[in-house]
Amino acid sequence: MSERCAVIGIGQTVAKSKREDVSIAGLVREAVVMAVEDAGLTFADIDAVVVGKAPDMFEGVMMPELYLAGALGAVGKPMMRVHTAGSVGGSTAIVASHLVASGIHDRVLTVAFEKQSDSDAMWALSVPQPFSSPLLAGAGGYFAPIIRAYMHRSGAPRDVGMKVAVKDRLHALKNPYAHLHLPDISLQMVEDSIMLWDPLHYLESCPSSDGAAAMVIGSERAAAQAETDTGRRPAWIHGMAMRSEPTMFAGRDQVNPQAGRDCAADLYRQAGISDPRADFDMAEVYVPFSWYEPMWLENLGFCAEGDGWKLTEAGATSLIDGGDIPWNCSGGVLSSNPIGASGMLRFLETALQIRGEAGEHQVPDARRALGQAYGGGSQFFSMWVVAVDKP
Amino acid sequence: MSEPVTMMAAPMRLDYVFTPGVAQGKNMHGLERGVFIGQRCPKCKKVYTLSRGSCPTDGVPTDEIVELSNTGTVTTYCVVNVPFAGQSIELPYICAQILLDGANLSFMGLIQEIPAGEIRMGLRVEAVWVPPDELGPTMASVKYFRPNGEPDAAFETYKEYL
Ligand SMILES: [Zn+2]
Repeated sequence: MSERCAVIGIGQTVAKSKREDVSIAGLVREAVVMAVEDAGLTFADIDAVVVGKAPDMFEGVMMPELYLAGALGAVGKPMMRVHTAGSVGGSTAIVASHLVASGIHDRVLTVAFEKQSDSDAMWALSVPQPFSSPLLAGAGGYFAPIIRAYMHRSGAPRDVGMKVAVKDRLHALKNPYAHLHLPDISLQMVEDSIMLWDPLHYLESCPSSDGAAAMVIGSERAAAQAETDTGRRPAWIHGMAMRSEPTMFAGRDQVNPQAGRDCAADLYRQAGISDPRADFDMAEVYVPFSWYEPMWLENLGFCAEGDGWKLTEAGATSLIDGGDIPWNCSGGVLSSNPIGASGMLRFLETALQIRGEAGEHQVPDARRALGQAYGGGSQFFSMWVVAVDKP
Repeated sequence: MSEPVTMMAAPMRLDYVFTPGVAQGKNMHGLERGVFIGQRCPKCKKVYTLSRGSCPTDGVPTDEIVELSNTGTVTTYCVVNVPFAGQSIELPYICAQILLDGANLSFMGLIQEIPAGEIRMGLRVEAVWVPPDELGPTMASVKYFRPNGEPDAAFETYKEYL
């Protein structure tokens, strides 16, 4: 039997292409100070720290968590690093929550970051190796063929991806923390942008961002204390799951990976979800390239396989169009991509919604929300469910 | 007076010796002879190209070595038009998943000798190797793949290998 746990503190930096005014330590410091203060705490109240980021080769700083211990208030405390590529922000939040759910700690600080301006992710993802052809061309080059396979299998019209690109950027206009604010965004603007990885236009791809995200996960006791001290309600965690699968095996379905389906099934069992589209009020899902919205709608069971694009096309995932299941009200990864933090931002945004503190991008009366992150060659998945009601 | 320096780029390099291990070594010696090597799983009988020496599904060594065909099928692809550091190919280029005949795993390869507008799923292709005196234990021995003139493969034949 695990202990109840909840998100009791939230902090995030404004995502930008270049934060030249701060080092990595300065960047993460902003987010953790916000999260700790948001919970009505000081660093002395924190029992342990769990850190996540994308592969160290991005910034070229190996094991950065060691040098960040001071900035994170972790000196003399248990600290843990999590590695699961792009899904890492989600996995990191889950590892932190496990430390509370298991009864080991009362208050765990979790943080994830990326300083893409200090790094060259495209290069780090395309390093020549003797056993592969030197043509990967970054994450887009990896995912575009999978998207083409989805388009072929589902028969989706070509403009579905562009609709997602517009929808998430319109959402981002309501989120002051989002990196991209494109007030003139339109289907025409997306279509006119350069075709980087056919079938993906430039504006159907995520930006490169600097940013950090942090949360304090608290036990039932810590949550009650935080609510008394701050007046903010906790976002109760109703389920969390992680799954992975090998990057390459014969018959692997990269369009609709089994690890994602298994992860969702485990999560929904924990949280008592039988009909995701009806049971969730909103979802924050890792969509770094536009077409991943319809693909993950199917993978996460919001509709039958092959039907994801129909939900997108009907506006079901749009907050602005009053859709019944708004996805990525924050603007999503398509609007801010500090890679390591991107997964945690998905989880953090669900907590923000449940606390009713999402401001202009708040879903009215959001009571239960899904956070999802994926990473690597779609082989790592992490998900959680947060809700207003205590589990 | 010049502006104060607040930031600098510091390019670095790292040279290293790559030790491929037994399974990758077999693949690379094949490339050195201009031949694709596959490894068959004793349990599920699937043939892995560029195998790491074990079946990811069954977790057993893939000891049986098979020589694979020089021809294959494009299962899916993208047309790359993005410049990045370290890139060695002229833009735009076609990057495709290629399933070699007799293999059960596709890998990414460069397609040339076809206009970007004519590339399609199911296209039949063949490998073009570098001249014999330039062959080495690396994928660089394969210059690229090009259409081999056969009719397109039916989707059913490769749908599990997208
Ligand atoms: Zn096998």
